[in-house]
Amino acid sequence: MTTEAVLSPAPRARGRRPWPETWVAAAFVAPAALVVVLVVIVPLARALWMSLFDIVLTRPGVEPFVGLDNYVDQLTSADFWGATGRALFFTITSTTLELGFGLGLALLMDQPLRFRWLLRSVIILPWALPTIVNALMWRWIDNAEYGSLNALLTQTGLIADYQPWLSNSDTAMWMIVIADVWKMTPLCAILLLAALQTVDREVVEVAQVDGAGPLQLFRHIVLPLITPVVLIVLVLRTMEAFKVFDIVWIMTHGGPANSTQTIAIYAYQTAYQGFDFGRGAALGYLIALVIMVLAAIYLRLLGRVGR
Amino acid sequence: MTDHRRPRGARRALGLAAGMAIALSACAGAASPSPSVAPSGAPSGAPSVAPSTAAPITLNTIWMKQAAYSEDDVNAMLKAFTDENPTITVNTEFVQYEALHDKIVTAQITGSGQYDLVLMDTPWPAEFADAQIVKDITDQVPADFKSGVFDSAWTAATYKDRIWGVPWINDTKFFFYNKKMLADAGVTGVPKTWDDVLAAAKAIKDKNLVKYPLVWSWTQAEAVICDWTELAGVMGGADFIDTSGAAKFNTGGGLAALQFMKKSIDDGLTNPASLGFVEDDVNKTIGAGQAAMGLNWTYGYNVLNDPATSSVAGDIGVAAAPGTASTPTAGVNGGMSIAVTTKSQHPDEALKLALWMASQPMQEKYDANTFPMWKTSFDKTDLTAKAPDFWAAADNAFGGLVARPIVPYYTKLSSALQVAIQEALKGSKTPQQALDEVAAKLPDLQQ
Amino acid sequence: MAIANGSVRPTARGRRARRLARSAFLYLAMVIALVVVLAPFAWLLISSVAAPVDLLARPLRWIPEHVSIDRFVELTIGSAPNDQAQGFRSALVNSTVIATTVTAVAMVVGTLAAYAFARLRFPGRGWLILAFMATYMLPPIALILPLFQIMGALDLRDTKVALILIYSSFVTPFVIWIMRGYIASIPSDLDDAARVDGCSRLGALVRVIVPVAAPGLLSTALLAFLMAWDEFLYALVLTSTNASKTLPVALNDFIGRFGLDFGLLATGGVIAALPPVIIAFAFQRHIVAGLTSGGVKG
Repeated sequence: MTTEAVLSPAPRARGRRPWPETWVAAAFVAPAALVVVLVVIVPLARALWMSLFDIVLTRPGVEPFVGLDNYVDQLTSADFWGATGRALFFTITSTTLELGFGLGLALLMDQPLRFRWLLRSVIILPWALPTIVNALMWRWIDNAEYGSLNALLTQTGLIADYQPWLSNSDTAMWMIVIADVWKMTPLCAILLLAALQTVDREVVEVAQVDGAGPLQLFRHIVLPLITPVVLIVLVLRTMEAFKVFDIVWIMTHGGPANSTQTIAIYAYQTAYQGFDFGRGAALGYLIALVIMVLAAIYLRLLGRVGR
Repeated sequence: MTDHRRPRGARRALGLAAGMAIALSACAGAASPSPSVAPSGAPSGAPSVAPSTAAPITLNTIWMKQAAYSEDDVNAMLKAFTDENPTITVNTEFVQYEALHDKIVTAQITGSGQYDLVLMDTPWPAEFADAQIVKDITDQVPADFKSGVFDSAWTAATYKDRIWGVPWINDTKFFFYNKKMLADAGVTGVPKTWDDVLAAAKAIKDKNLVKYPLVWSWTQAEAVICDWTELAGVMGGADFIDTSGAAKFNTGGGLAALQFMKKSIDDGLTNPASLGFVEDDVNKTIGAGQAAMGLNWTYGYNVLNDPATSSVAGDIGVAAAPGTASTPTAGVNGGMSIAVTTKSQHPDEALKLALWMASQPMQEKYDANTFPMWKTSFDKTDLTAKAPDFWAAADNAFGGLVARPIVPYYTKLSSALQVAIQEALKGSKTPQQALDEVAAKLPDLQQ
Repeated sequence: MAIANGSVRPTARGRRARRLARSAFLYLAMVIALVVVLAPFAWLLISSVAAPVDLLARPLRWIPEHVSIDRFVELTIGSAPNDQAQGFRSALVNSTVIATTVTAVAMVVGTLAAYAFARLRFPGRGWLILAFMATYMLPPIALILPLFQIMGALDLRDTKVALILIYSSFVTPFVIWIMRGYIASIPSDLDDAARVDGCSRLGALVRVIVPVAAPGLLSTALLAFLMAWDEFLYALVLTSTNASKTLPVALNDFIGRFGLDFGLLATGGVIAALPPVIIAFAFQRHIVAGLTSGGVKG
C-alpha cells in the first residue's frame, strides 16, 4: 500500500544531491547478498549440477550425465506425487490452523485486558521449546501405552480405550499437525500482534466514535492494515511447512505405511537410503520449485493488496 | 587441544580436537615416516612399547550410543589401547544408531573422509563395499579370529566372500517373557514354539491380565524387518533373495511370518500400537507390566530387570526365540563390525585398533551389556555364572542366526519392505499382495 | 450504522451489558488459550521431576509419587557431570554464542535490505527478493552434502563458525522478508518528512523507521534468535564434538542406549527453553514501550 508512494520522487533535500535510488538500493542490499550468497551459492550450484547426473554411490566412478532424466523420473513417479500430496495436506492444514489461531491470539493480546501480560509472556513458551524436544514430547504424549493424551481422554470419558495415535495411519498425520500447530502458532501470533500494534490508534478511535462495531472495525480498518503481514506470515509458514522434516522424522519416521512421508522425508530417503544423490538433488530442486510457485501466487496476492 | 590428556572427561576433550584432527591427520599422513624407521641406536629390549618413537598419529572413530557396549565400555577399551600404544590418539564420536549410517556416508563420500574406523551394521557391508567406503581386509585377519569367532558374527563383515570389517558385536533378538503373568494364566514352562506363544497369549488375554499380551517393534524402521526376519527364519526360511537376485520373500518364510504377524493383531493378541513402536517402547511396555511377551536385543535384559525403569523387575525371563515344529529357533543376526575406511591415512593402525576392540580378552572383560562373540567364552563358567540361563540361550541362539539380505540395494529394499509389511498389518493389503508388490518392484530397486 | 442518540439510558445499559458479555468472552478465550499453551508445557515440567516408573504408570499418575530435582542439578550445577550433562552444558554455551551472533548479523544486514525492498525502486527488485527467498525455499536436504564438502575444504567442520555462516544465510532472508512487511506498513510520509529535514536514506532508516518499527524489529530479532537456536539437521551433520554441538543435537543425544529417558529430555527441554523465554520477557516490555513512545502518529 505504500510502495506506490515511493514512485513519486522524494522531496529533495536541500543542497546535496542524493545518490540515484538504484545505487542506494545496491548499497543497502549488498551486505545481505554477501551473507547469503557467500554460503549458499556454491552448494546451490553444486546441488543443481548433481541433479543432472545419475549418481548412485554404490556404483562409484559411473556417473553418467542424464540431463533432466532425474526430474522426469520423479515427475512421473507415483511415490513423488504421493509424498507431495501429503506435504500439501500438512502445509494446508497446519498453515491454516496456525494463521487462524495466531490471528485470534494476536487480537486477544491486543485487547486492553487484565493479565494479558501473562498470555503475552507464556505465548512464547511453545516456540522457545526446541523442535526436537517438541517432537519427542508429543511422541511421548501421543504414546499408545503410556501417553498422557490417552490418559486424559480416557479419564475424562471422551474415549473408552487407549488409542495408538501415531501407529494408526488415519490419525498419525493429524498428531503431527497438532504438534506443529502448538509450536508454531505463537510465531504467527507474535508477528501479527506486532503488526496490530502499528495500527494507528487514532484511526481506530475515529471509527469507533463513528459507531463501528468490533467486527466492522476489524474487517474494514484493521484487516486491510495488517494484510501485508498476514500474507508474509502465510508465505513463511507455507515454505517451512512444505519442506517439513524434523518433526515428522522424529515423531513417525514417515510411517505407518508411509502415511506421513512428506516430500522432504522422501527426498532424504532417496538420497541416503537409496544412495541416489542425483535424484535426491533433483528432488530438492523440485521441492523448491513447488514452494516458489506457491510463493509466486502469494506474491501476486501481496502485490495486489499492496497497490 | 592441549587438555586432552587430562584423565577426567578425557573423552570429551578428545572429541574436542576432532575437527582440527581431520586436518592434522591429513598432514601427519603425508609426512609421517613408516613405523619401521625407528632410530637404529634404540635399545632393542623394549617390549610392547616398540614404536614409541614413531610419529604420533590420530585415529578418528565413530560409534553408536544404543545397545551393546556402552559409551563407557568403549572408552575403557580405547583407553587400554592407547595406554599400550602411546603414539596413537583416538578421537571418538558417539551418535544415535539412526544417524550412524547417514553420518558415515556423508563424511566418507566427500573430500578426504573424516573417519578411520566406522561401525558397520549387518546389512551394510554390501553397499559400503560397493561404494568403496570400507577397505577389504580379507588377507589381514588373523587366523584365530577366523576360527574362534561365531560364524554368525562374520555376517556383518562379509560380502562377496571378502572380509570388510572386524566382527565386534554378536547380537540377536531374544524372547522376553513375564514369568508371573504366564504362571497366573496357568501356562507352565516357557513357550517353545510361536504357536505356544499365541496359545499362552490367548490364555493371558482370557484371564484379563493384560489387554494385549504381545508387543513388538513394528514401526516403519529397520526394527520391523528384524522381527519379521526372525519369524521367517523358523517359518520356512529367511533367504529372502536367491543367488540369481530373484525375490523369495513373498513365498515361504517371509510370507508365513507376515501372515503370522497379521493374525496375531487380528486375534487381539498383539498390541496394535506396535506399528509405531521401536525396541525402546517394547521394553517400556513390558516393563510397565502392560504386555507379557516380546522380542528384544540383549540389552533388554538389564533394562527389564532394573527396578528404576521396570515395575516388573525380577519377573522377567529370557530364552532363545521360539521356533516351530521343524525349526527349534532362529534369531535375526544383529551383529556389527568395525571397518577400516578406504580413505584412512593410517589403515594399519586403524586395523590394529579394530582387532583390539574385538579381541577375546576385551570382549570378556566388558560383557555386562553384550555377549562375547568368541565361541570358547561360553564354556567359561566364571563368565556364565552371572546369568547361566541367558548365556545358554545366547549360545543356543548364536549357533543359528539368520541374516537380512546382504545386497548393495539393501536400504532401499528394507524401506520398501517396511512399508509393505505395515500396509499388510493395518489391513489395506493382504500379506501376499503387499509382498508381491515389492517383489515386482525388485528390478527397479536393483538398478 | 450510526447509533441513535435519542434515549440515553436504555442504550447505556444495553451497552454496558454488551461490554460485559464481550469482556467475559475475551477473558474466557484468554483462559482457554492459557490452558492450551501451558498444558503440554506443564506436563513437560512434571515429567522433568517425576521418577521414570511414574511416567510409565497406568493409570497415569498426574502427580508423580516420587519428585526430585536431581535431573536439573545433574544437568546444570552438579559437580562431576557425566557425558550427557557435560555435553548439555557446552551445548548451552555453543547455542548461545551461535544464536546471538547470527541474530546480530542477520538483523543488521537484513533490515538494511528490507528497507531497500520496501521503499526504493530499482531494476530487478522483484527478482532479487525472489532470489533471496529461493535460498530459503530449498530444503536443507538438498544442500547438506555440498555444504559438508565445503566446510570440510575450509577446515570448518565441527566449528561454531560453520554453523554461524550457514544459519546467517537462511535467517537473513527471513529477516528481510519480515522486516520488509513491517516497513511497508509504515506510512512513507514519515521518512519523506525526515528526508525533507535533510536526512539521508540511511538516516531516515535509523532515525525514523527503526524507532517506529521497534516492536516488529524486536519480535523479528527474537524469532531470528529462535531459528538459530532451534536448527537441528545441519547441526546434526556438521558437528561431532562438544566444541560445536548445539542444544538440539545434545538433546537428541539424550536418546541414549536405553532408549528415550523422557524425564531427562524434559529437563533439558525446559532449560533449553529458558534463554529465549527470558529474552521474550525482557522484550515484551519493549514491545509495549515501542508502541506507546513511538507509535505511528501519521
